[in-house]
Amino acid sequence: MTKTESTKPDRARVVVIGAGIVGNCLVGHLARLGWTDMVLIDKGPLPNPGGSTGHASNFIFPTDHNKEMAYLTVESQDQYVARGFNNTCGGIEVAREPQRLEEFKRRMTSAKAWGIDARLVTPAEIKELVPFINDKILLGGYYTPSVSVVDSLATGTQMREEAIAGGALRVLANTEVLDLETVETAGGPQIKAVVTDKGRIEAEHVVIACGVWSPRIAAMAGANIPLTPAVHQMADVGPIDILQQSNAEVAYPIVRDMDTFCYERQSAGSMEVGSYAHRPILMRADDIPSIKESALTPTELPLTYDDFDPQMEQAIDLMEMLGDAEIRYAINGLLSLTPDANPVLGETPEVRNLWSAAAVWIKEGPGIAQLVAEWMTYGYPHMCDPHGSDISRFYPHEKTEWHINARCNEHFNKTYGIVHPREQWASQRGIRRSPFYAREEALGAVFFDARGWERPQWYESNAELMKKYPDSCKPRTHEWDARWWSPITNAEHLQMRASVGMVDLTAFNEFDFEGDGACAFLNYVCVNNVDVAVGRSVYTPLLAPNGGFRGDLTIQRLGQNHFRVITGAFDGGRDNYWFRKYMNEFNEQRAADEGDVTFTDRSQGICTLGVWGPNAAAAMSKIVTDHTTASYDLSQDGFPYGAVRDVLIAGVPCTMFRISYVGENGWEIYTRMEHGLTLWDSVAAAGKEFEIIPVGIGVYAVTGRIEKGYRLMAAELESEYNPVEAGLARPKVKSVDFVGKAAYLAARADADKNGPAATMCTLSMDSQRCADGYDRFPTGGNEPILTLSGERILDAKGRVSRVTTAGAGVSVGKFLLLAYLPPQHAVEGTKLQVMYMNELYPVTVERADATPLFDPTDARMKS
Amino acid sequence: MRVLVCVKRVPAPGAKINITADGQAVDTAYLAFTTSPHEECAVEEAVRLIEAHGGESTALTLGPGDAEEQLRYAASIGVDKCVLLPIDSDGSTGGDWDPQRTSDAITTAIQGIEAADGAFDLILFGNESADSGNFQVGIRVAHGLSRPMVNGIKGIELGNGGVRARRESETGVEVYVLPLPAVLGVKEGINLPRYPTLKGRLASKKVALHVVCPSGVVGGQQMITLVQTAEKASTTVVLGHGPDAAPAVVDLLEELGLLK
Amino acid sequence: MTILVVVEHDRGSLAAATLEAMAAARRVAADLATDVSALTLGAAADAVASVLAEHGADTVHQVHHDLLADYGPEAWGEAVAQAVRALQPAAVVACGTDRGNEVMAQAAARLGAALVVNCNTIEVSAAGDATAQWTITRSRWGGSLLERCTLVAPVKLLTVTHHVFEASTSPGAGSVLPLPVELEAWLARTVVAERVERAAGVTLSTAPLVVGGGRGVGSAEGFASLEELAGVLGGVVGCSRAVTNNGWRNHTDQVGQTGTRIAPDLYMACGISGAIQHWVGAMASKQILAINTDPEANMVTKADYAVIGDLHAVVPAITNEIRRRRAQA
Repeated sequence: MTKTESTKPDRARVVVIGAGIVGNCLVGHLARLGWTDMVLIDKGPLPNPGGSTGHASNFIFPTDHNKEMAYLTVESQDQYVARGFNNTCGGIEVAREPQRLEEFKRRMTSAKAWGIDARLVTPAEIKELVPFINDKILLGGYYTPSVSVVDSLATGTQMREEAIAGGALRVLANTEVLDLETVETAGGPQIKAVVTDKGRIEAEHVVIACGVWSPRIAAMAGANIPLTPAVHQMADVGPIDILQQSNAEVAYPIVRDMDTFCYERQSAGSMEVGSYAHRPILMRADDIPSIKESALTPTELPLTYDDFDPQMEQAIDLMEMLGDAEIRYAINGLLSLTPDANPVLGETPEVRNLWSAAAVWIKEGPGIAQLVAEWMTYGYPHMCDPHGSDISRFYPHEKTEWHINARCNEHFNKTYGIVHPREQWASQRGIRRSPFYAREEALGAVFFDARGWERPQWYESNAELMKKYPDSCKPRTHEWDARWWSPITNAEHLQMRASVGMVDLTAFNEFDFEGDGACAFLNYVCVNNVDVAVGRSVYTPLLAPNGGFRGDLTIQRLGQNHFRVITGAFDGGRDNYWFRKYMNEFNEQRAADEGDVTFTDRSQGICTLGVWGPNAAAAMSKIVTDHTTASYDLSQDGFPYGAVRDVLIAGVPCTMFRISYVGENGWEIYTRMEHGLTLWDSVAAAGKEFEIIPVGIGVYAVTGRIEKGYRLMAAELESEYNPVEAGLARPKVKSVDFVGKAAYLAARADADKNGPAATMCTLSMDSQRCADGYDRFPTGGNEPILTLSGERILDAKGRVSRVTTAGAGVSVGKFLLLAYLPPQHAVEGTKLQVMYMNELYPVTVERADATPLFDPTDARMKS
Repeated sequence: MRVLVCVKRVPAPGAKINITADGQAVDTAYLAFTTSPHEECAVEEAVRLIEAHGGESTALTLGPGDAEEQLRYAASIGVDKCVLLPIDSDGSTGGDWDPQRTSDAITTAIQGIEAADGAFDLILFGNESADSGNFQVGIRVAHGLSRPMVNGIKGIELGNGGVRARRESETGVEVYVLPLPAVLGVKEGINLPRYPTLKGRLASKKVALHVVCPSGVVGGQQMITLVQTAEKASTTVVLGHGPDAAPAVVDLLEELGLLK
Repeated sequence: MTILVVVEHDRGSLAAATLEAMAAARRVAADLATDVSALTLGAAADAVASVLAEHGADTVHQVHHDLLADYGPEAWGEAVAQAVRALQPAAVVACGTDRGNEVMAQAAARLGAALVVNCNTIEVSAAGDATAQWTITRSRWGGSLLERCTLVAPVKLLTVTHHVFEASTSPGAGSVLPLPVELEAWLARTVVAERVERAAGVTLSTAPLVVGGGRGVGSAEGFASLEELAGVLGGVVGCSRAVTNNGWRNHTDQVGQTGTRIAPDLYMACGISGAIQHWVGAMASKQILAINTDPEANMVTKADYAVIGDLHAVVPAITNEIRRRRAQA
């Protein structure tokens, strides 16, 4: 018998479904982390069961603007190298259009941040590297010598066989999953068994690593993996003499013809031409043909030539020799697309111990397999923060076929596109609207999408205000810097600081925890003590078990056994999952007489309006009453910072919370959706005499926040960093146990002894003047902070210093950057540089802790 | 010389052919279509004959409008002209035309083309179509045109105003010497068809498509339904393990007649 | 209204398939309560009359003509057409071989009648009645799909799928009758003009047997045993892309998408995992025998037959076994 043949066991600790790059590497990594008693199933034969891995082009271009994906890609490439299945050939992205050259500068910047060797090349230099290219039609290129072609089948096979050899794994090929059984527990459904055509296997954990089939398999358990199979066209053309003469699998650099959304990759004696230019062609997982029905494999469908013809012409323009090459193998290859183009990883929110490891490309497969293995082993990954790929990030409307198809149709052609960090979706807009929407629209609000919510980014009605603050409201010269941005934001910022502004925050999530165990439970998941007086509130991080950030939110104590969590639109799904996961464990471990805790998501019923500025109290005092018509004491003494009170506003029941994310005195005001318009109109009328203005999220999330140094989840706050490093550690740690406490205490002790490995700092740009003589404005997209000699800065834990948020400190008159810096640089006054669009700009460390640059004592909020 | 090659659009199925719920057709939801394999060789042969002897080649098909794809394929490897006899042009679903009706329509179309452009010296068919396998359309057309016809041809040589055609049989190779104009049914293996080049593919889109409305008299064979065969056991027959399996392998070679 | 069987033979040597057609004809004749007759073309076939009688021929019609001395599809087809006009049978049956289908198609064209080829079942609704419904199941897609169809024609022309009806004896009267035909001289244009030996040196694309080697062969030298096996069987050696990429063999030997597509009677795939690239080139093979150490390899699961084991041991063992049997014979 051979090494890959196994008999079916009746039970296993974990069953991994799918023996593509992900499933194979996952069992390998789990075995390395000590897992045993594993089973790997695939319905197809080995080594190529017929999924997307089998027809992948297998090349890796490591540069990515997104930190999570860049990290996982580079890590994966390292793993391919370590296994000897990495064939370095180099790769060139070529430009036919001028704006692509700008994108290459941005890529140079990201490459610098991640330590990837790359350089810009001229058409002549491209011609030297790829002698058969038509350099006449090219403007330039972005060359990455480390681009490689990997052997994903061999890598997967090796990892799988290591797990087998170690006695940790059994493999069942040609075995089809027919059903997933779940069992009802106090915490909802939990995975119980995998039913296959060869029998049933009970399992503690089940991982769906089924690529394009994942939604179909997940549905068997009542879970939802939001992805769609989609076509990527590819043709192998040859033979071509010059390629045959090279006598190698890949002798020439891979060419990505970025402006035609195509690539040309040598494949021994022929050339593989792949395209992301054709119309999006989406399928359903259930409609993929079976192995038997397929002429090739289920994911290699016949090429629809009409879609590919235009790409052929462009390919011949680029490499004339392709014209005489024969089309020998041409497919509509299936791959997985998700609504936001990121993978779908982690435990499914619907079914406990049912995991998703889907929508993963070859280039990031081994790294992601390790990430998921760590997640399953430690409760959260150690490698890097997975928030962009976390399956729990999706809101219900984002898991529908409507949403998946609309967004995938929209972003498919952006695979090689130039995507702005602030780029807005065109499809699936207006899915969620606050009660203020009609008023905002009338005021010329420019809406940005916040996970389905339409949120005003700025208001054209405030354009006139720019005349009031001309020095602060200058347009930006470079179109890229000005895209999805308006100087009106700066006018709104200053007017709010001068008088008062109102901000639509309806996109907030409100989670209610009630019951005898509510306080104890929240204390178990939160760092800071939530056991405060009724009517008070707590700001707190949530930590992962490794002591890194997992959440960041405020909690109001509305009653002795009633707490309300307020968290942002972008974190709602993940926080919802995290609380439920621990609540289920908490309830299960609790004795019957200790009392449970219940969870209610109130987000759908509550709208939120922020009112801030020096005149906020004066304006609100005109309309706020207690349960009678008597005016309400809004003074700092009567209604101190952090207090939560039920009031009437224009006779409508509201809850006011004295808090601020913009550094001004004022409140977040909550009311039921149906009262929302009354609230808005009342506040607008009351504020009229103070020239109240509507203020967009441009102020709330960027300019107002950054000059106060407020940290944002998923930007400054990620699981690689802990509260000490973020400057959010309180003097004492509460006595009761909480998630991540041990690691947090260790981090504090280590920092006490050695100082933190890095510290969150506020930096200002000393000059924004570029070589062309005008000012540039970094977008906050991981621009690297460099030493004066241009060196990348890594801290003792190997983390790179990069910009996590960038924005105008309008009131302090500086353009500000947030970044973690290691101790030698985290000193106020230190001179460093930032790279933006491949140019260097001088910066100064303004703050080496959480002290705000604007109003350092917070006098304005508390006066 | 003038060469005509008649081709048929057929699905390219995988290991299993599914049929539609009404049993009237092969379920082609995810299947590619191709030129019937013998005809792929016939197209290649036509192109080679013109390359060697000069002249003009024409491809003709009777089929749904989508069969234009198969004509484009022929054009992409070098056929000069394309003629489509669209059977769904009358708004019908097309379906399967019986062999009599098909050959009737093709014969009439050829007569029309020849009246306008001159006679074809050689008309090539495939030995039989991959899908319906009726083994008779080419022969009926040849008879309709009063031309000699031999099927199963694996070698063609022109010369002396005629054509030498080779056909393999159990005992050896039979040679037929036909006067021109003639009709031949070509069998796979006569040549190795080239793949279209990118340029050929693009150029084929510019070849004019001559559309002839087909008309033919319905014949006596009418399909009721397609029926799935009992699925072949998917398991591979394991003849044995290691060198001990050799006798079983040789038994198989004997059974397949390969041990002569 | 007899059922007439067209006898296939090559210069007097009876094609065994004809006896399958006889068996099919007897079944139809029983349904119609009629007899079976046979038609032999050319004097060389006179000798087979007794065999035909043993297989149920009540009458054997013998056609003699100079043009029928050797095979010619048009002359044979014309002779069959004239026999049909003269004998007015209820049905004419031949076997669905290359020649059987060709002759019947020639005859059908001449008679302007329908022809249903490769029949597996033939049902006749009401015996002997002119309004009888003929419902037929026939093979399509080389037998991977069936078609049910009706046949409406004054004379039913049929061929039966080779290997579906089993030949069996069932004595018939076997009366021999000459049948005169008139064949015009120009029908000689499609009579076999000469015969030659099969060309020496079969190619990859036309070889009846291909021995393929993949990554598992391990080296250029490793192909020696494959060459030897191919040699004793008159086949040729092919290889997968991994092999040419490693420089072990020339590209002309490569079977696959980017190499040659093969369609042999048997493909022996040795140490080939069965990547799609290769499979596409090999999938038209009539039968596939995979020799591989991994029973889960694609090639093994897709093959008709498999030997699980190391090709370096299995392939020489097969060659030796062939030599041993030939030495005994």
